[in-house]
Amino acid sequence: MTKGRYGVHGGQYIPETLMNAVLELEAAYEYYKNDPQFNKELQALYHDYANRPSLLYYAEKMTKDLGGAKIYLKREDLNHTGSHKINNVLGQVLLAKKMGKKRVLAETGAGQHGVATATAAALMDMECTVYMGREDTERQALNVFRMQLLGAKVVAVDSGTKTLKDAVNEAMRQWTANVNDTYYVLGSVMGPHPYPAMVRDFQSVIGREVKAQMLEKEGRLPDVVMACVGGGSNAMGLFYDFIPDKEVQLIGVEAAGRGVNTAETAATIARGSIGIFHGMKSYFLQDEYGQIAPVYSISAGLDYPGIGPEHAELYDTGRAQYVSATDDEAVAAFSYLSRTEGIIPAIESAHAIAYAQKLAPTLPKDKIIVVNVSGRGDKDVAAIARYMGVDLHE
Amino acid sequence: MSKIAATFQKQHKCFIPFITAGDPDLETTRRLILAMANAGADIIELGIPFSDPVAEGEVIQAANIRALAAGTTTDKIFAMLEEVRKETNVPLVFLTYVNPIFTYGTEKFMAACQSTGVDGIIVPDVPYEEKAELAGLCRQYGVDLIPLVAPTSDERIKMIAKEAQGYVYIVSSLGVTGVRQDITTDIDAIVRKIREVTDVPAAVGFGIATPQQAREMAAISDGAIVGSAVVQIIGEHGKNCLEPVTDYVKQMAAAVHGVE
Repeated sequence: MTKGRYGVHGGQYIPETLMNAVLELEAAYEYYKNDPQFNKELQALYHDYANRPSLLYYAEKMTKDLGGAKIYLKREDLNHTGSHKINNVLGQVLLAKKMGKKRVLAETGAGQHGVATATAAALMDMECTVYMGREDTERQALNVFRMQLLGAKVVAVDSGTKTLKDAVNEAMRQWTANVNDTYYVLGSVMGPHPYPAMVRDFQSVIGREVKAQMLEKEGRLPDVVMACVGGGSNAMGLFYDFIPDKEVQLIGVEAAGRGVNTAETAATIARGSIGIFHGMKSYFLQDEYGQIAPVYSISAGLDYPGIGPEHAELYDTGRAQYVSATDDEAVAAFSYLSRTEGIIPAIESAHAIAYAQKLAPTLPKDKIIVVNVSGRGDKDVAAIARYMGVDLHE
Repeated sequence: MSKIAATFQKQHKCFIPFITAGDPDLETTRRLILAMANAGADIIELGIPFSDPVAEGEVIQAANIRALAAGTTTDKIFAMLEEVRKETNVPLVFLTYVNPIFTYGTEKFMAACQSTGVDGIIVPDVPYEEKAELAGLCRQYGVDLIPLVAPTSDERIKMIAKEAQGYVYIVSSLGVTGVRQDITTDIDAIVRKIREVTDVPAAVGFGIATPQQAREMAAISDGAIVGSAVVQIIGEHGKNCLEPVTDYVKQMAAAVHGVE
């Protein structure tokens, strides 16, 4: 078996043109991840720039209202740029800088990864281009302007479904054309090795902090940790440190869109099958001939036909469970958390909140659930208003 | 000796056009294969359309969309090839992403290649490191696994070429498929590295459109592969593409075959 495998999943299924670049990245990452100076600089960026550690907040009102397990919220929404994406991007752009690269490019769905990349590029003096599906540039117009303010060039992608998958396609094409001087900042735990491992490592700060914070507040580990899953980076970051702690249940919440039994869904584990795409073997939503399916979710960040290979392995081994929440449930959870706790979550994160609302009442009061609020919902307000039939002029 | 190797031995310099199967429909593809073979194509590369062709430029992306919109599937392509094989022996090579093979069932796919007379496959998203995914079954069913080398391959060239079957596909330029004004890569140097380790021929593709370019590339290698320029004609003429494609292939094949 080749490198970067998680069970049968993972690998490096990319064009030959990119192989030396990926091998160079792999070597650089293997070196710098153990380099004390690199880690010191990254920690400084996390603490002084990105506002880490993020809070672990006891959601007392939500807990009482649901009447079951105790609910804690990991507040990744309070990070600089408003989501967990900054954890990965600071690591990768710092690495790109160490590798002597001058330009970065990135794909983005909801725009959170694009905004984070544009931010890190501004901070570290890199030229930055972000590829974003045309439909997403419309759903997330505010984030487009935000990236432009930060000095990035945003390219709207018109191919395919004009969403995240197509943005990844175009970013890979452009990387192939400019591979000699350009670093590709992949936004999730997907793609060819070493990306799934590297992005997981940079995101694993989430779970490490949760563990320490939970031991401090409760003197024990949580019973359940849960997060939304598109490609799966915030979930992988939360899960990773808990994988050896078998008593902690890991739950990933996929986007069911209009329902897992409809064609308009992005629930890869629920409806997908094994395939090879975007550099990795994993589960994908596809037809019997391996044509990748057009997927759908209200959430541009979860609107992706695949899932990271390590999640696929956690699913195969039964170590993690994967469930789903529909558009309607996510929108209801978006409102619920806003009114109950005064926290407006990203519509992506609202999928995890929606499942917590279902699960908590079924568990006794001495159980503890940690839900990752992977991002804040400001970017979604206009879209949710439209969904609710409110005519909003920004 | 494989049919592809024998073709290079006989023809010396090969002209290899590419078309996307099912663009604009499979009946046109069937007729195009026969017409191109008659017009001087030595080997024909046939793309299996894919929803997300990440190595393709706009012209071939559009062909993939047209072919899928016409209802093209892997099974229908094999059925069309059964008909084709009643009329021509021209070597046929699939160019396909790995997911259509893997999802179809790699063994079932290779067995179908063998029974319909597909001589080789080119899989742009399976690099040397992942070739075990396909190599064993390719060997078992007598399908040449044709590797690609790129301008960025450097010290990888020899490792790749050493295990090549059929021919080595030299990617002339960085980026995706598509017509280019100039090819600046030192193809000569790549060919020299390949010849140090193997007798398997090497053909150049990506960016070639004119007889002049094809002649130049064939002069320094064993053949020229032309995709986007042919697909462009098909895109413009649709079902009426047979005549303009035939004219173009005649011109290009003559240019390549004229190289000493």
